[in-house]
Amino acid sequence: MSRTMAEKVWESHVVHRAEGEPDLLYIDMHLIHEVTSPQAFEGLRQAGRPVRRPDLTLATEDHNVPTLDIDRPIADPTSRKQVDTLRANCEEFGIRLFPMGNSEQGIVHVVGPQRGLTQPGMTIVCGDSHTSTHGAFGALAFGIGTSEVEHVLATQTLPLKPFKTMAITVTGALPEGVSSKDLILAVIAKIGTGGGQGYVLEYRGEAVRRLSMEARMTICNMSIEAGARAGMIAPDQTTFDYLKGREHVPSGADWDAAVEYWSSLATDDDAVFDAEVVIDGSALTPFVTWGTNPGQGAPLSASVPDPASFADEGARQAAERALKYMDLEAGTRLRDIRVDTVFLGSCTNGRIEDLRAAADVIRGRHIAPNLRMLVVPGSMRVKAQAEREGLDAVFTAFGAEWRSSGCSMCLGMNPDQLAPGERCASTSNRNFEGRQGKGGRTHLVSPVVAAATAVRGTLSTPTDLEPAVVG
Amino acid sequence: MKAFTTHTGVGIPLRRSNVDTDQIIPAVYLKRISRTGFEDGLFAAWRSDPTFVLNNEAYKAGSVLVAGPDFGTGSSREHAVWALMDYGIRVVISPRFADIFRGNSGKGGLLAAQVTHEDDELLLKWLENHPGDAVTVDLKERRITCGPLSIPFEIDDYTRWRLLEGLDDIALTLRQVDAIADFERQRSPLKPVALPTGA
Repeated sequence: MSRTMAEKVWESHVVHRAEGEPDLLYIDMHLIHEVTSPQAFEGLRQAGRPVRRPDLTLATEDHNVPTLDIDRPIADPTSRKQVDTLRANCEEFGIRLFPMGNSEQGIVHVVGPQRGLTQPGMTIVCGDSHTSTHGAFGALAFGIGTSEVEHVLATQTLPLKPFKTMAITVTGALPEGVSSKDLILAVIAKIGTGGGQGYVLEYRGEAVRRLSMEARMTICNMSIEAGARAGMIAPDQTTFDYLKGREHVPSGADWDAAVEYWSSLATDDDAVFDAEVVIDGSALTPFVTWGTNPGQGAPLSASVPDPASFADEGARQAAERALKYMDLEAGTRLRDIRVDTVFLGSCTNGRIEDLRAAADVIRGRHIAPNLRMLVVPGSMRVKAQAEREGLDAVFTAFGAEWRSSGCSMCLGMNPDQLAPGERCASTSNRNFEGRQGKGGRTHLVSPVVAAATAVRGTLSTPTDLEPAVVG
Repeated sequence: MKAFTTHTGVGIPLRRSNVDTDQIIPAVYLKRISRTGFEDGLFAAWRSDPTFVLNNEAYKAGSVLVAGPDFGTGSSREHAVWALMDYGIRVVISPRFADIFRGNSGKGGLLAAQVTHEDDELLLKWLENHPGDAVTVDLKERRITCGPLSIPFEIDDYTRWRLLEGLDDIALTLRQVDAIADFERQRSPLKPVALPTGA
């Protein structure tokens, strides 16, 4: 029988199946962090249950950690307590942890792939909705709640209802200057924030095949913003080249066996998806959001839409509310929107290629007056790599702040927050009201748009810039 | 988990779509390490607006929240369910729920009742025009009654059964512990472990 990739991975992990019950699926890797795990560990303690597979569990500190002064104790006592609780729980239950200050610490979805812990055909979960990131390798990876975290800790399994499958085929090649962030923002605007609900999305087509692993991770990362718990991309040579030589990846004869297995995972040619969406990748342009959910986006060349232009009553009301919150007027050119802050980082766009792309735009230039730019590498390994390449010097010479790794201003659980009314061009994943700080206003953008915006002070692409004076 | 059969309480009309979990409880309220005490964070930003529905005396003590489509999108934080329940909400009604939120609700004992867009609109209108009216939600019959309205709702059979019985998922799964051990024995040795390599 022909099957999609998601179905193949699902079927190979069924531990128990019975009529009228969800399938019980085995979980190959469980990633945890300090925010969504304390109540799960407490539940285990109360029930007297051990962690079934500490060896299939990895912890990192990311959501709360400050990105400055990381060699000192966390100043906020509640953040510190949450981090200390994770440390105590990992110690008690024998779980490996990369704490703040460790050279392997970072955002959980950056750490897994960079170590080679994320591999094709695996089931991967984490108490974080952006676990969909790992699907870029052909893994079935999705976010879970704290009760499910406890369930996985206790049993290494999860009871799950089957997903439907949706193919998102991106034809052609992305034009120069258009990134995978623009692509996924355009996908979300097309299918809506609820369009992927109940589905696993599989991104296919020439445009996707041409992308690097890091660019693919950006796409899968934001599947959740389209309502899909998981997004996947079939493993290919690009995947294998990325994986080869990483710590947790098989080597020697095992490597060959692994590649053979990974190569068998792609969706069969005659498999049928429950839904299909086709997008012309060659027609895409830089894309940004104007509203307060990730589906409220438009090409950067466009203007703020008029709520009256939405046929659906609910969409009209949502647009009206969004423009009020964002303090925007219909008809304003997106290019004329002035920002106060630029945030480059997060599990969406905090990888080395993202930093390189942004550095290439700003090299030899200076930051716009009265604007602040935070550059927060996705992991300490990314930070070290960037420093070896001299990117930190490029950012600081430009006038940006070079920080240590963490979730940072993506959600503002640490001190990196927007002030009320402050407007930000952000490479993160959510433009919800108050997401980056109470009253803050977020425009989601790609790394190169973030960089060009920091130069001009208004939402911009690199093509808007005068040639840089280098030397 | 407490069993859920029928609940009657004041209906709260929240006429908004895409109520994401950052609105239900902002990140700064997620730093507690307990499962309770999240009520202060519920809709924290919106509650500073005097016109917000929960600031209306008629709705303040409500326990059945009626919202627009795509409720619970975004972050996986189960704190959203805890905050709703800590406030006193037992049922959320919407035409469409985000997957993770729906799952979290089922685990925590919060009933996520899915209705059609048309019925959702009828409920919202009725509650807006009749502040303080009660809504009865019967899980056994999968039916919502409110004033003259009698509306069916959807919930999957398994979650309904677990809620009705108040069952603990982990205890249910641990009945399959032999199957889990069998699965582990035939699992590929090539799959990675998180421990240091070369050790």
